[in-house]
Amino acid sequence: MNATPTGSTDPSPSQDNLTADTVPGRGANGAAPSTRRRWKRKPLVAVGLLGGAMLLGGCDFYPTYWADRGATKQGQDIFKIYSGMMTTGIIVAVIVSLLITWSIVRYRRRSDEMPRQFHEHIGIEMTYTIIPVIIVAVLFYFTVLSENNVDSTVPASVTSAQGKPVVDITVTAFQWGWRFDYPNLGVGVAGELTNGPNDHGPQMVVPEGETVQITLVSNDTIHGFYVRDFNFSRYAQPGVTNVFDLNVVRLGTFDGQCTQFCGLYHTDMLFSVKSVTPDQFRQWASTQVAEGNTIQSSGSGAQNTAPSSSPNQIGCGQGNCPAGTAGAAPSSPSSTAKAAA
Amino acid sequence: MTLLAERPGIIGPDEPDDHGPDDLHHEHHEGPTGILKWLTSTDHKVIGKSYMITSLILFFVAGLMAMVIRGQLLQPSGLGISFQTYNQLFTMHGSLMMYLFAGPFAFGGLANYILPLQVGAPDMAFPRLNALSYWLYLSGSITMLSGFLVAGGAASFGWVSYAPLSNATNTPGAGADLWLMALALTGFSAIFTGVNLVATVFYLRAPGMTMFRVPIFSWNMMVTGILILIAFPVLFAAVVMLFCDRHFGTHIFTVQGGGSPVLWQHLFWFFGHPEVYILALPYFGIVTDIFPVFSRKPLFGYRGMVFATMSIAALSTGVWAHHMFTTGVVLLPFFSLLSYLIAVPTGIKFFNWIGTMWGGQLSFKSPMLFSVGFLFVFLIGGVTGVLLASPPVDFQVHDTYFVVAHFHNVLVGTAVFAGFAGFYFWYPKMFGRMLRESLAKWHFWFLFVGFWLAFMPQYVLGLHGMPRRIADYAPDTGWGTLNLLSTIGAFTIGCSFLFFLANVFVSWRKPVPSGSNPWDAHALEWFTTSPPPHHNYTHLPTIRSERPTWDYNHPDHPTTPNKHQQRKIDAQKKEQEKETAGVGS
Repeated sequence: MNATPTGSTDPSPSQDNLTADTVPGRGANGAAPSTRRRWKRKPLVAVGLLGGAMLLGGCDFYPTYWADRGATKQGQDIFKIYSGMMTTGIIVAVIVSLLITWSIVRYRRRSDEMPRQFHEHIGIEMTYTIIPVIIVAVLFYFTVLSENNVDSTVPASVTSAQGKPVVDITVTAFQWGWRFDYPNLGVGVAGELTNGPNDHGPQMVVPEGETVQITLVSNDTIHGFYVRDFNFSRYAQPGVTNVFDLNVVRLGTFDGQCTQFCGLYHTDMLFSVKSVTPDQFRQWASTQVAEGNTIQSSGSGAQNTAPSSSPNQIGCGQGNCPAGTAGAAPSSPSSTAKAAA
Repeated sequence: MTLLAERPGIIGPDEPDDHGPDDLHHEHHEGPTGILKWLTSTDHKVIGKSYMITSLILFFVAGLMAMVIRGQLLQPSGLGISFQTYNQLFTMHGSLMMYLFAGPFAFGGLANYILPLQVGAPDMAFPRLNALSYWLYLSGSITMLSGFLVAGGAASFGWVSYAPLSNATNTPGAGADLWLMALALTGFSAIFTGVNLVATVFYLRAPGMTMFRVPIFSWNMMVTGILILIAFPVLFAAVVMLFCDRHFGTHIFTVQGGGSPVLWQHLFWFFGHPEVYILALPYFGIVTDIFPVFSRKPLFGYRGMVFATMSIAALSTGVWAHHMFTTGVVLLPFFSLLSYLIAVPTGIKFFNWIGTMWGGQLSFKSPMLFSVGFLFVFLIGGVTGVLLASPPVDFQVHDTYFVVAHFHNVLVGTAVFAGFAGFYFWYPKMFGRMLRESLAKWHFWFLFVGFWLAFMPQYVLGLHGMPRRIADYAPDTGWGTLNLLSTIGAFTIGCSFLFFLANVFVSWRKPVPSGSNPWDAHALEWFTTSPPPHHNYTHLPTIRSERPTWDYNHPDHPTTPNKHQQRKIDAQKKEQEKETAGVGS
């Protein structure tokens, strides 16, 4: 699922390279000496610039630290701040560990001589109060930039500048499964209670390179919509409607899972996201309508979004319908009878 | 007033000391004996020991649950434990550790025993309230555990009990009700202890024990007491509301009746985040008392330490919604900024601990060993905590094993490493006998190695997408190897406690007497006998600094005064000289 076709057009990295080029570019245009002088006067500016270069630079510049570089534009933003903060954290941790190690090695008791009984030093104490304040201030600045990027949404009625439409998807989480409704296309896909190791749950299909606007709701308890390769999660809560945008920039299938504990079968509440080209996406949508996987016919869990014809009919997209679960109304406690398998 | 009048006389190091510290002539009490004595005791030392033993038993029970949980996650399909059992196990593991071990062990056990001794008080301010606190705690603990005996089993909604999962429809059964009742009972026990801690430090300090001479452990416990008074009533209110929702038809947390499930999260975390510091501050206090003793130096930055503790407490009441970043309904920058800022006073503490060791004469007896272990473990917990204060990073790893690893770094660092540092440190004071150093070292190294093995892979698992609280995972997720490592680490931690139990057993069967001050320690509690007599002190040393016992034992090595203090001393000397000169002429 992590396999990314390298040939796939990926608008974001090229943008990033652009900004990365401008940072050293400024220095190359004869501004380097003055920058250096400024550094001498204000060493704090150096810290800021280092952090800024880290966070504005291109994606490949960052170590991954076991995370994904992000299969969405938003995920790439998050990845950058994650990687930048992880680097900062590792530097701080290494420095402090070295200080601890130095003290326990150097000052190991070797004689009964009494050490000097000093107990404070205002200068040093002020220094190690102020430096952390500066570090967290810088981190906070980039955090705010990043979170504003991630949380900004395109108004649903507006189409993007390239004339690409916004694809609306209403994601409904329920015990224990997911519904993906495409109100503009009339498609509705749902599935629940995955069974067996090869079942990855219902699948949400999205067009690569277009803005997908997710409206996230829950029918019963709180669930967590989480896709690892998107570096993103958001609660699906009863009484709260969360709206966010995803711009998938990579073709592939990405595993997702409920992360907020939601009851007995929390473990089995899987789903996946498949990104396809826009043409394939439209084709897929018409196939789904032809096959009857429409909003109206996808039964359980549809109370919020569409009048449900019958709770016994669950449109299981992608043929993932697990045997034996089609008849169960997920919100009724009786479905928990499949206890302790 | 009477308490002051009853105070033992104060003697200085120069005055003749007729009664040695071993004089026990106050130990003369008529009254019940045996089990009746234990049941009716209001002595803070008896209650403290009861608290400690009870909480350690619950710690081992919760630890065994962790072993089963790790066994289940050992590999895909694990031990084949049912989802229902698994959900109960992680809920009870978290609940026992958070509500019944980490807090009560610190403020009910160690603080109850040590705090009155440190400030030179004969007992807690309200001894009967103290006894009530213990019995509420014990009954609450039994109530929570009895969930396993009822139909449907114990509570299974996680230790945070999020609505609406915790309502009567989604979690029917008596186990959840017992869990709520247990929280109400132990919540009150915590509140009563909090009242006692604050009142004792404010009103029962010995003559000469000014607030800036109170050892940091007692300072931190006092601040913890204030935090308890802020946080636990909110938890109790939330529990009552949830109980009404479950049984009396209210709709406080249900959408259908016009309520709000998010309100539970607000109430719970308004308790829950101060609670994290209620669990951390006492343990900070423990290591802050230990580092100077084994460095043979005064604490570096005492006032900075007090300032840091107060700032942490103040900030901790304004960061609760950083647990709710992914709800989409909280003001991200505000809670992010305050969460970031907590790193600053915590950093001050770290550098003060290092400053205390700097230039000292360090000996690595078991309490010091565990304290240094705490430094390393908590450091990583603190650094990953700063990452989680950033909402975008939280979106990325929220509710994954990254968070699980983070809070185990924090809580095992504090409650286990620092907690057992305190246990090894004060055990001689409490029982008048030593624990064996060699077994303690085995305990430490198994724990230390096991810890990293158990929890570092969990960071990677979280970054690879493993959500918390899942009972199983598919083989093609690729999480198997890291989970195997983590399980081996967890079992290593489990083994380390066999050395601990062996140590306690050996010390019980073959006691080595400790004397009153085996570590050449600093604070007042080491001035009295081990264990201390009834009402603690027959006499007190003069208290001129935060380490009166050290001043008494090492009159030639007082704390070097700073410039300001030196000026004051010089001025006093000059005045004295003038006076004597005046008298002479």
